[in-house]
Amino acid sequence: MADATALSPAARTDGAFGQETRVIDFIALLKPRVASLVAFTGFVGLWLADSPLHPFLAATAVLAIALGAGGAGAVNMWYEVDIDARMERTRNRPIPAGRMSRSTALGYGVVTCAAAVFILALATNYVAAFLLAVAELFYIFVYTIWLKRRTPQNIVVGGVAGALPPLIGWAAATGGVDLFPALLFALIFMWTPPHFWALSLYKAGDYARAGVPMLPVVAGPDETRRQIVLYAAALIPFALAPWALGFAGAIYGVGAALLGSAFFAFAFALRRRASVSLAKATFAYSILYLFLMFALLVFDHAWNR
Amino acid sequence: MPLTEQHRKMRGRNLALAGVLLGLVALFFLITLARLGGGGS
Repeated sequence: MADATALSPAARTDGAFGQETRVIDFIALLKPRVASLVAFTGFVGLWLADSPLHPFLAATAVLAIALGAGGAGAVNMWYEVDIDARMERTRNRPIPAGRMSRSTALGYGVVTCAAAVFILALATNYVAAFLLAVAELFYIFVYTIWLKRRTPQNIVVGGVAGALPPLIGWAAATGGVDLFPALLFALIFMWTPPHFWALSLYKAGDYARAGVPMLPVVAGPDETRRQIVLYAAALIPFALAPWALGFAGAIYGVGAALLGSAFFAFAFALRRRASVSLAKATFAYSILYLFLMFALLVFDHAWNR
Repeated sequence: MPLTEQHRKMRGRNLALAGVLLGLVALFFLITLARLGGGGS
């Protein structure tokens, strides 16, 4: 058996593999942490729709959304093996570490993507399945293949894929889309750039080595911190919109204002003081922010029902 | 790689695949039951 550490980056990018593939590698390929946040926002979209969908079908829909995100993540890892092999953060992923061949990852990812769409269509409706397919294809073709290596706006436009789950969940429950889930789409879309730019601030060396034109690499850390502040500020009205338009109650409104202010405070502090630990804290808070915002929506909805 | 080792790996993969297929059969069956019960959207 070959030692993965003995594989050169070139050999890794060719999909050379020497170690045995473990079950956990198939799980890692689905990017479970990303998929779980995607599934949660999808669940919230479904929950807020107040549809009499059978609980088993609702659970299946959430599972399908998670699978769809995971499958797209696997295809992403198949395509980005050269990038992953050059980055500290990702070099131990199954393919660059030499534990899985590229063809296995591609087959697994494509089948998972297709299965997710099929299961969602079977359990709920074609509108939801179509939106899930759009999210998967957008993530793979528009973000991964087209934009990621070409422009620092990659994660701005690519954010569409990650923002679709609440719409998919709503469509799964109702068979259509509406203004409320569209506002949740806008919320995630506006949240995505400052979230990823906070990460890329302290991983800029990684991205530069891999040739990914993230904002800190192309425009520098100062401009990145300025953009994070602007997006964190612009995020606040988007976050308040569901309350302002009467889709959510005061609990959500107050919570959204507090959480958004805290996000802005992190961004503003980061703008004034260039610090790796502050960038890490801003990134960590951004994840907590999105989770809490959607948890608030669930709580507020249950409270006002 | 000795043949027995290869067989062991293939067997593991085949069993995993069988498990996934059986899981899908069960899932489709339960989806049908739930939809027939009038719980579809």
